[in-house]
Amino acid sequence: MNEMLAMGNYGAYVWSSFGLTLIVLVACVIQGINRHKSVFHDVKTRIRAMESES
Amino acid sequence: MNDVILNMPSVLRGFSAVVRRDILLAWKRPGDMLNPLFFFAMVSTLFPLAVGPTTEQLAFSGPGVVWVAALLASLLSLNSLFMSDFEDGSLDQLLLSPQPLPMLTLAKAVSHWLIAGLPLVLVSPLVAITFQMPARTIGVMMVTLSFGTMSLSLLGSIGAALTVGLNRGTALLSLLILPLAMPVLIFGARTVSMAAADDAVSAGVYFLAAYCMLMLTLAPFATAAALRISNE
Amino acid sequence: MWTFFHKLASPPHFYDLAAKFIPWFAVLGFVFVAYGTVAGLFFAPADYQQGDAFRIIYVHVPAAYLSMMAYMIMAVSAGIGLVWRIKLSHAVAAAAAPLGAWFTFLALATGSIWGRPMWGTWWEWGDPRLTSELIMLFLYFGYMALRAAIDDPAKADKASAVLALVGAVNIPIIHFSVEWWSSLHQGATLIREGGPAIQTSMLYPLLAMIFGFTFLFGALLLGRVRTEVLFRERRSRWVYNLVLPDEGRG
Repeated sequence: MNEMLAMGNYGAYVWSSFGLTLIVLVACVIQGINRHKSVFHDVKTRIRAMESES
Repeated sequence: MNDVILNMPSVLRGFSAVVRRDILLAWKRPGDMLNPLFFFAMVSTLFPLAVGPTTEQLAFSGPGVVWVAALLASLLSLNSLFMSDFEDGSLDQLLLSPQPLPMLTLAKAVSHWLIAGLPLVLVSPLVAITFQMPARTIGVMMVTLSFGTMSLSLLGSIGAALTVGLNRGTALLSLLILPLAMPVLIFGARTVSMAAADDAVSAGVYFLAAYCMLMLTLAPFATAAALRISNE
Repeated sequence: MWTFFHKLASPPHFYDLAAKFIPWFAVLGFVFVAYGTVAGLFFAPADYQQGDAFRIIYVHVPAAYLSMMAYMIMAVSAGIGLVWRIKLSHAVAAAAAPLGAWFTFLALATGSIWGRPMWGTWWEWGDPRLTSELIMLFLYFGYMALRAAIDDPAKADKASAVLALVGAVNIPIIHFSVEWWSSLHQGATLIREGGPAIQTSMLYPLLAMIFGFTFLFGALLLGRVRTEVLFRERRSRWVYNLVLPDEGRG
């Protein structure tokens, strides 16, 4: 098992590449969801505000 | 009779009118023309001071330094390509004129080259001599710089048209144009280096000429479209 | 045919349709990537020259491929938006740019990590692929900077579309010139063209990764386009009904 993880002494490079890829992909997903939520929220408050004005 | 001639929308008349006007303006305000030249000379001075004065080092880095300095200098003057016209309202006149707009934007780019590019090409031998360049290399450098600065004026006119009226200025323009200008830099500087090493230079010169032709045909249309968009 | 496109390009219809597609894309992408990762890391044999370091190919190549793909998507949809004035395609272009920039960054970073054991350096200017990826990243930055600098959204759409098209014309020229430039030095490329044929046990995980990344990218892109559409249509009736379903007056 340890031998497999070591990747023939290239473990640090291989695992950091895959780890970085995972981090960036997850960050893209989270950022996308957060942005959608905040835009949805902003649009909602705007419409509510306009509604109460009229 | 005179009116009849004036009312004829001859494509070349509009072109030459724009070029003549821009050159006259530059003549009246020589600072616009001289500042990029001083900038070019100063950047070229910075490199020997930073890198060291040995002859081999200078001869090795000379082509690259001259090209980077030329690229930055022509970029510096691009920001004002449409800016003064935008401020005094003559840009609206260009947009409203019956002349085909791409022809007028081509005229703007050509006059920018005559004002900013050509003087740079003419001054470059002085810089090249201080970098110990032999005469043949200087000839190749001037040919590549002529095509290169022409391409940069055309390419830059697109960027200038996109950013006209925005207060972000040169930094944004550089960000837009520099990545696109890299082929010109690569072929220009490498061709001069190859000339310095007595290699064949025709490939690089042909590429630069071809790139310049491509830009001559495409850039005026992109610039015209960009101008219409920024002035809606 | 045309009515299909017309319907697809209508914002509320797209907003609902995209929401249906995203989970499928995400699941497909996840399955492919999971298979590709496990097979690529543990079952594919080590390269006879590069040892286990070659396994970085399984994230590097898909990222690099998608960085180009994203620019293509961006330029094509920007062009469609410019010519046929379809608002949705401008939203696609706007959503594709930051994703493309992230995948370009990923390709650069993994390429650099790969280069460290192979070339003994984090950055090798002699490698044309890495250098063109770097220029690609600058192109994305320029596009996003122009978009951010223009306040009027309609104007930002059109101006950045012109820039994307000019960039698309220039990308092949940039690649060609970078290739030419590095061919003058000693070339130091990771993937040798015309080299020994890649084994199928190495190739299948790579193909799976490319498919998987494409699906994941599709899901991410659709999600971002939905956000763009929602924001751009914030003054419309359907968004009103969407955010206030109970109080809606139909």
